[in-house]
Amino acid sequence: MSDLFGELREKFRAQILRLEAGDPPVITLKREGFLEVVKFLKEQGYNHLIDLCGVDYLNFKPEKKEERFEVVYHLYSIERRELIRLKVPIPESDCWQYSLTPFWKTANWFERECYDMFGIKFKGHPDLRRILMPDDWVGYPLRKDYPLELDEEREWKVYKELKERARSS
Amino acid sequence: MGLSLVEVNSKQRGASSFDEPFYINMGPQHPSTHGVLRLFLELDGETIINCDPKIGYLHRGVEKLAETLNYNQTIVLSDRLDYIASCANNTAFCLAFEKLFGLQVPRRARILRTIVNEMARISSHLLWLATHALDIGAMTVFLYCFRDREWLLNIFEKICGARLTHSYVRVGGVRQDFTLEIIEDLYKFTEVFPERVLEYETLIDVNRIWLERTKNIAVVSAEEAISLGLTGPVLRGSGVPYDVRKFRPYDAYDEVEFEVPIGKNGDVYDRYRVRMEELRQSNKIIRQCLEKLSETEGEPVLPENAPDLLIPERVREPEPKPHPKKGFIFTGKEVPVVPPGEAFASIESPKGELAVYVVSDGTNKPWRLRIRTPSFVHISALPELAKGHMIADLIAIIGTLDVVLGDSDR
Repeated sequence: MSDLFGELREKFRAQILRLEAGDPPVITLKREGFLEVVKFLKEQGYNHLIDLCGVDYLNFKPEKKEERFEVVYHLYSIERRELIRLKVPIPESDCWQYSLTPFWKTANWFERECYDMFGIKFKGHPDLRRILMPDDWVGYPLRKDYPLELDEEREWKVYKELKERARSS
Repeated sequence: MGLSLVEVNSKQRGASSFDEPFYINMGPQHPSTHGVLRLFLELDGETIINCDPKIGYLHRGVEKLAETLNYNQTIVLSDRLDYIASCANNTAFCLAFEKLFGLQVPRRARILRTIVNEMARISSHLLWLATHALDIGAMTVFLYCFRDREWLLNIFEKICGARLTHSYVRVGGVRQDFTLEIIEDLYKFTEVFPERVLEYETLIDVNRIWLERTKNIAVVSAEEAISLGLTGPVLRGSGVPYDVRKFRPYDAYDEVEFEVPIGKNGDVYDRYRVRMEELRQSNKIIRQCLEKLSETEGEPVLPENAPDLLIPERVREPEPKPHPKKGFIFTGKEVPVVPPGEAFASIESPKGELAVYVVSDGTNKPWRLRIRTPSFVHISALPELAKGHMIADLIAIIGTLDVVLGDSDR
């Protein structure tokens, strides 16, 4: 693992924000040049993309985060049996990230879900639409400023119509 | 189009393909889609050109809901993901939380967890075999499988009082110890079960219809399978021996001996063979664990510092002015008992790799709980697998992926 860190430090000094050894090791990366690092890691044998998800750090108390969002990747090397975690901070004002669909087909749906829940757009994604929520849904449910229960005004249009129809009949 | 039916028929007769594709919806109420899965199909005759799965009909917002509950309460939510094997979900959640809290699980609890996990695997695989065979047309297997699944569910009922939504695995251990009666029942089960597996195999292994409908259908190469994110028996059917139980052992899996069966061609038939062999291996694991149980007689199954006891019980009191919706509020302080940080745990659930990533901010509720479910990924691979096959084969492909929509929609 330390060889990998050394190599990463040497090759991608400009892209790496932080390297943390641990279980699993965490690599925090800048968005710019992110794809090159992933390409390098894939060549090193990290061929299984276990998971890709967004995290919203709005008003996160223990630690002051510079950017509101983070996209977290878990990569696994089946040959070397090693797991690593990549993190890419995404600013709220410029909410997009590079898509991993050229490397892994499974990134397609993970990224669609991340977009659906957090509103993070993925550049280079072939088919970025909502996946779990209906197409005409307003807002991004897993953001921290999205309430658990919507008030009646902001309810989903279709649901409102259904309720009205049920009341009138 | 202005053509009468006769004209359309005569125009298409003899032509190798239709002039324009037509579109149909399969589901969400189709019995062979195993839940509320809707497939939007683009067809050329009976051949699938394109397939667009639409999910979300069972989306309950488990990840959002979990952010408002404390760690122990989320276990109950996990039951409702893959409701065929809820013990596996419980275990994935608990492993992630234990890593976060830095908890050590007593050995007896680890063995008990392994047993219920393997029981869940057997009952899930039995349900899979039953419905998969039924979809393809073999009715008898369905009845045989349900006979044995019923037996397992009865044992589950004795263990924790529930047949499907167990919530048996808890943060730090398990809810309660096995009684002698349960251990005897399990011994009986493990003795009989290998014969039963043979029985299912004799029912369909040499059946010509079964072979023709499963061989060379939905072939995935090893490389393709990894790129598609396939895990579990589906990946192993393509010849990749990736099994989380072996690669990153959790619970008592490093203490037991078992083999990881793999396939060769990566078709529906190979995946069937892999799952059948897994039934035998699971039975072997349960047997070994039962013998280990006698070594750890009398040990606790929940450590004393389990967070059940640490998180102060909050008192439930009526609000001064009852809210029309709620009526009650929780009072009492939220004491920080959980260190801030993050943890990741993944297990080999019956359907594939189930991973949980949890971020804590130091309060007793998770800041973010991410669940990577195998069914979600497997459905995303469906368009790739289905392309170029007939509609009838699509049923076999959905069956071989073994998806549960509660698992994929969360």
